Amino acid sequence: MLAAIGVGSLQEIFDRQIPKGVRLGRELDLPAGLPEQDVFEHLRALAAQNTSTEEEVSFLGAGMYDHYVPALIDMLMERSEFLTPYTPYQPEISQGGLQVMFEYQTAITELTGLEVANASTYEGPSAVAAAGYLAKLDNGKHKLVASAGLHPHSIETLRTLAHGYGMEVVEVPLRDGVTDPDEWARAIDSDTSAAIFAQPNFYGAVEDAQELSRIAKEQAGSDGSASDRAPVVVAQVDPITLGILRPPGECGVDVAVGEGQALGNRLDFGGPSFGLFAAREGYLRRMPGRIAGETVDVDGRRGFVLTLQTREQHIRREKATSNICTAQALNALAGVVYLTWLGRTGLVELGELLLARTHYARERLSALDGVEKLHEQPVVREFALRLDADVAAVRRRCALAGVNPGVDLQAITGRPEDRGGLLVAITERRSRKDIDRLAEVLGAAVAAEREAALTA
Amino acid sequence: MSDVNLADERLGGNPLARQRARTIFQKGAPGRRAFVCPEMDVPVAEVSELLPERFRRTSPARLPEVSEPEIVRHYVGLSKRNFDLDSGFYPLGSCTMKHNPRLHERAAALAGHARLHPLQDPEQAQGALELMWNLQGALSEIAGLPHVSLQPSAGSHGELAGVLLTRAYHEDRGESRHKVLTPDTAHGTNPATVTMAGLEVVKVATNADGGVDIDDLRAKADTDVACLMLTNPNTLGLFDPNIEQISEIVHGVGATLYYDGANLNAVMGLSRPGDMGFDIVHFNLHKSFTQPHGGGGPGSGPIAVSDRVAPFLPVPLVVRREDGTFDLDHERPRSIGRLRGFHGNYGCFVRAYAYICSLGADGLKDASETAVLNANYLLARLREKGIAEYLPLAYGELCMHEFVLSGGPMKRDLKLKTLDLAKRLLDFGFHPPTVYFPLLVEEALMVEPTETETRETLDAFADAIAEILREGARDPEIARGAPYTTPVRRLDEVAAAKHPVIREALG
Repeated sequence: MLAAIGVGSLQEIFDRQIPKGVRLGRELDLPAGLPEQDVFEHLRALAAQNTSTEEEVSFLGAGMYDHYVPALIDMLMERSEFLTPYTPYQPEISQGGLQVMFEYQTAITELTGLEVANASTYEGPSAVAAAGYLAKLDNGKHKLVASAGLHPHSIETLRTLAHGYGMEVVEVPLRDGVTDPDEWARAIDSDTSAAIFAQPNFYGAVEDAQELSRIAKEQAGSDGSASDRAPVVVAQVDPITLGILRPPGECGVDVAVGEGQALGNRLDFGGPSFGLFAAREGYLRRMPGRIAGETVDVDGRRGFVLTLQTREQHIRREKATSNICTAQALNALAGVVYLTWLGRTGLVELGELLLARTHYARERLSALDGVEKLHEQPVVREFALRLDADVAAVRRRCALAGVNPGVDLQAITGRPEDRGGLLVAITERRSRKDIDRLAEVLGAAVAAEREAALTA
Repeated sequence: MSDVNLADERLGGNPLARQRARTIFQKGAPGRRAFVCPEMDVPVAEVSELLPERFRRTSPARLPEVSEPEIVRHYVGLSKRNFDLDSGFYPLGSCTMKHNPRLHERAAALAGHARLHPLQDPEQAQGALELMWNLQGALSEIAGLPHVSLQPSAGSHGELAGVLLTRAYHEDRGESRHKVLTPDTAHGTNPATVTMAGLEVVKVATNADGGVDIDDLRAKADTDVACLMLTNPNTLGLFDPNIEQISEIVHGVGATLYYDGANLNAVMGLSRPGDMGFDIVHFNLHKSFTQPHGGGGPGSGPIAVSDRVAPFLPVPLVVRREDGTFDLDHERPRSIGRLRGFHGNYGCFVRAYAYICSLGADGLKDASETAVLNANYLLARLREKGIAEYLPLAYGELCMHEFVLSGGPMKRDLKLKTLDLAKRLLDFGFHPPTVYFPLLVEEALMVEPTETETRETLDAFADAIAEILREGARDPEIARGAPYTTPVRRLDEVAAAKHPVIREALG
């Protein structure tokens, strides 16, 4: 090979190209390579130091949920034809992946009741921030009004990126567990680019989405200024609840985004998963990311291509609607297969099961001494409690009994009013028996902590 | 294969090849299903008691109604309409389509990784945090920069982090610099990122050798410049011989230097961005570090940075406490904040870490050396008579891990466009190179073979190119009509964009 290249040695190739001053000239300071079986053992040993949802009865949620992933998803995701191709730049040999994207987009529009969807974005919170950029491109206004009911990670991500967009984030507080409609109305004005809330919100409460949308659209321009365009109304949704909750498209929402993990994706300590992104048709050319579209080939045969690429960075460069290049195709595949597996009635049945178990768990737990509901709003798959005891200490006690009772609210939101808060998530994997076990363990842990606090 | 007839003959071979595409929404029948819902084991109240009417969905989402066997057949059928890295050569420039070891999939699927909740207490996730810590350390060593954040979700997300870090760095010093320099050879994500981060792109010219035009850089480097974003080796596959001087000029005006790590596969263990003077580097774990591309994601785009940029890194960071345990540090007051939920694409970290453990220091260097050797060998084969007249090397003599040919002469002499050559390659069972990028090369073909291909494969690819050019000299119509053997033939992309149909119409 060297002779064909016309060099005397491999070294010569580098000597002729890399200036001497920036050659490393030593080995990297890393361990030597290992045989496959040793690497596997090392990774197995690391995995064994983690407590997975297989090893405890876990009620952790807050954005990612321990749903059952059907076996056929593992099988399909491991197929070389889905696992190992690049982005489908050559559509003639990528019809499988492109059609999956098209089906995924169809499923997401059905789920959200909106007309258009892209082929996925990175994940939930960054999808919220991407919706903020869409709004900026759409109306050029400067304010992003965000409900405090959004996931804290969504608000933080929005703040980080809004600084880049040259926009300001205004947070609207909650009242009785949901976005305070008066504060919401006060915050939205003629310079509001987008009004963003979560459904259900971070505390598990179902928001009055129609009312929030109505207020947002009415508020804008009501001060009589020249700018009479209503803000883009954005909802961060949890797709698994859309079998029973009124879809955003029927609530006056313009853009729906969300974390897709609950749809057939494993937890993976937080990623990779996918972000869903759907919108009203008028926003199609402002959307970020890849979009698959239908067309025909030279013989008139139906086929699919990446379309509307003139929005994208590789064509439009600094004028692109987003810098996104890599989407989450494999995770979105899991999403659409999962929705297909659930099917038209399955999504509703699952939603009703979660609703009933969530309600059962909330009543059961709030009946315990020293435990009360954080709010009285309807909940569908997750709910917040307030403990009359130190949450971290209670959680440690529960862990000793093999139960993870949920997320320490204040630890993630940092809000003083969330002191004592516990966020409990329900999936179809947590049976009544598990919930009863949680009630028993949590009740004992709270009692023990209160006792300890008294004697201290 | 030497002519169209032979190609056409092959059409009959695969019953899947020419089926009319039907989506899953066009299959099944009312009432058909796969899912069996777990038992309703709690007292059943009326839904209306639990959820007021006005919050409820009134008509179900029109999802498919299909059985499990139908789902499996449908998606396995679709998979067979995809070309993939495990099936053949995929020399897509700047994408580093190297082999994806299956060990990584097995390791990532272990329950301790795959079913670990991101809000699990750090004490109960020590293995995951240790893995992230070790990966941070390895990436830091490879980059030659002391601090790493694993959070960004992909290369472009890492770029966004990098430009926001640069902005924060200057703002912290009380400076408001609004320009970012990018060469005209840059990946499209660079300028798009700059705009999203609220800064302004200023293009720097490329010199006759394919490197940064130093005079142009000098002219444009002033105290309004926040950063220079550079890929090195660049998208022409060339290591910039003036990198030290570039670094000096950029640092001289107080700007930072950003390294787009898309082309890192050329230099692992050979040369480090930190030693070249870069302040910020993003890695594409789905390129150099074997995270499978998944047909367009997931990716992962960690960043490594210098001391001066470190205070602004996104939260949380994985840290090692004095007692040797690992934790997530959220208390970083000067941080730019979060870029996404949770801690990044951990599943990709497991795979990248497994790769680094498998290869070790010498293996990583060997991988880059072999990638460069393979690229130069393939380049040499493509500079043979019968090919080079039509597809000359655009710049340079040797290359790093990839190279760019120009299809200009082919277009003039054979009346074949680069697109035609690319489409004809599909009939020969190869994924074409990246085409029409970088923009400054006429009819560009960007070829990156990677280190995991054999000499036989490289030879077969070169032979196929030669054959297509010979065929084109006889009858250019063949390539212009290609492909012939794929599930569909050339698709009308203009019509797709003009009247977008992006979802199935449901009755």
